Amino acid sequence: MAFKIAIASGKGGTGKTTFAVNLFSSINENWTRKVQLVDCDVEEPNDLLFFRNVSVTSEKASVQVIPEIDTSKCTFCKKCEEYCEFNAIVMMPTMQYATVNKDLCHSCGACFVACQFDAIHETTNAIGTITDYNIGNDRSLMEGNLRVGSPLQTMLIKDVKRNLVVENDVLIYDAPPGTSCPVVETISDADFVILVTEPTPFGVYDLKLTVDLLREVDKPFGVFVNKAGLGDSEVYEYLKAEGIQLLGEIPFSKEYASLYAKGKIVSCVPLQFAKEYRKVVAYLQKLNE
Amino acid sequence: MNNMKDITILSGKGGTGKTSITAALASVIENTVFVDADVDAADLHIIFQPENKETHVFDGAWVASIDTDLCTNCGLCREHCKFDAINFKTGGGLEIDSFACEGCRLCERVCPVGAISSERSTNNFWYVSDTRFGPLVHAKMGPGEENSGKLVTQIRKSAKEIAKAKNADYILNDGPPGIGCAAIASITGADAVILITEPSKSGFHDVVRLVELVQSFKIPMYALINKFDINLDICNQMESFFASQDIKLMGKLPFSEDVVHSMVAKKTILEYNKESEIGIILSELWKEVASSEQKIEQ
Ligand code: SF4
Ligand code: SF4
Ligand code: SF4
Ligand code: SF4
Repeated sequence: MAFKIAIASGKGGTGKTTFAVNLFSSINENWTRKVQLVDCDVEEPNDLLFFRNVSVTSEKASVQVIPEIDTSKCTFCKKCEEYCEFNAIVMMPTMQYATVNKDLCHSCGACFVACQFDAIHETTNAIGTITDYNIGNDRSLMEGNLRVGSPLQTMLIKDVKRNLVVENDVLIYDAPPGTSCPVVETISDADFVILVTEPTPFGVYDLKLTVDLLREVDKPFGVFVNKAGLGDSEVYEYLKAEGIQLLGEIPFSKEYASLYAKGKIVSCVPLQFAKEYRKVVAYLQKLNE
Repeated sequence: MNNMKDITILSGKGGTGKTSITAALASVIENTVFVDADVDAADLHIIFQPENKETHVFDGAWVASIDTDLCTNCGLCREHCKFDAINFKTGGGLEIDSFACEGCRLCERVCPVGAISSERSTNNFWYVSDTRFGPLVHAKMGPGEENSGKLVTQIRKSAKEIAKAKNADYILNDGPPGIGCAAIASITGADAVILITEPSKSGFHDVVRLVELVQSFKIPMYALINKFDINLDICNQMESFFASQDIKLMGKLPFSEDVVHSMVAKKTILEYNKESEIGIILSELWKEVASSEQKIEQ
């Protein structure tokens, strides 16, 4: 079984993607070549942007099952509408009109159970795509990409994971920002979670929310501080007081921000930064033993 | 009739300085009701230091649970749950994983002995507060909750009522990241959207998706490029992109450590440094947005 590491951050823009991509490279170089990066930030998948010479290995649509109402059989009894907790069924009996709002349907299956007149059939609706990229040197990146406007982030993340069929030693999940349902889905099967934060008041506040979540779902985790030196020391005091492992830190540098902007964070990692990543890799290797 | 404007600030990608800029605007504009619509990672209050006036519980999604005294372990609910939320416990019997449960209530309907009931999660709160800039409506979501879109709709509705009662000129929404339900809820019915972006490959990628989303709502957009000097090439490409989409570029802000220093001091950029270049540019920007919005009105 692959060792699964999820990279999360309460707040966006803390450098989560940078961290995930660099950790991936460092594991690839220093631990095992059988490591796969999985971009679960399906609303804004960005990991791919940091690799050169990429090609698509396979691509498929991720679909949800949604109902279709056959108005010739429907008696307009409205039972399906009553069963639907997501207000996805729109019905106007006087006009003999019944339809399903695809963007509201959560594919729970309740309406299928509700209908006693065989008037509901299954059809599918695309919620996004799942793409396996070759990112050079036989490395692979799996990416979920949500269709703009679809509410089914969590479902797509599940589907991305279902498509991880190749045997690997390590999987890295790049989680969406925040602490809501899709984050919980991403970390649900992770062996270890790394929280990336920045030493600013916003960063610390959001970090605390994420720590609350991880404690509630009982996941082991550590913290990586990005842009160190930019803000204040509150984050370090907090980690100490709570007994949370500080895995490493990377100082803030405007040059690095501009490398990031160009998408060159993997090819031009300063030596000092590479060392910090190696430290994290060594820590993870130990955990996996 | 009051022609109050409801304006949403979005960034697609996090970390572009959206909240700091929203806060800085607070130092510039008057007679405004503020909304922190980034309910998943609400940060505006850190700078606003609100004085809480009202606390409301927001009814979250339904969460099902099994009454083990009634349950006969027939397993029917488990077969029906499409979200794999119902599982056998190690010691026998079944249980529902409240994080995985989507609240569809199908299990409750199929259970032959009525052993399942659902309750709404009461782990989300929203607040109306007073601040030195005017009223702030904000929220706190419980960990692992969904329905952030509905929570955003709720706080915007409340802000609208307050704005009407106060005869406010503007509602300013600090929007959520992403392009999902919460982002949609934050722009539905808005009069204008201000996009705050940064010239990085990922920032560009995200803003393109965001523009696609906002265009589907036919809401006028303004753009602001933050930290424009971290990559002039991408900045130029972004400018052409905005021009091609008829999005008015309101201005470009240089990278400035004032943003972080002011945050640490829990002040807006302008409160922290009156002379800050960023503050001056923003005051100019706001005048322009305000005047073009008034023109649209006429
Ligand atoms: S599958 Fe569920 S959410 Fe979709 S329409 Fe039917 S009852 Fe509603
Ligand atoms: S439950 Fe079946 S028959 Fe009744 S309204 Fe729905 S589709 Fe029509
Ligand atoms: S309410 Fe729906 S999602 Fe929740 S446990 Fe029951 S069937 Fe599953
Ligand atoms: S359907 Fe009802 S009785 Fe059957 S296992 Fe589920 S809760 Fe128990």
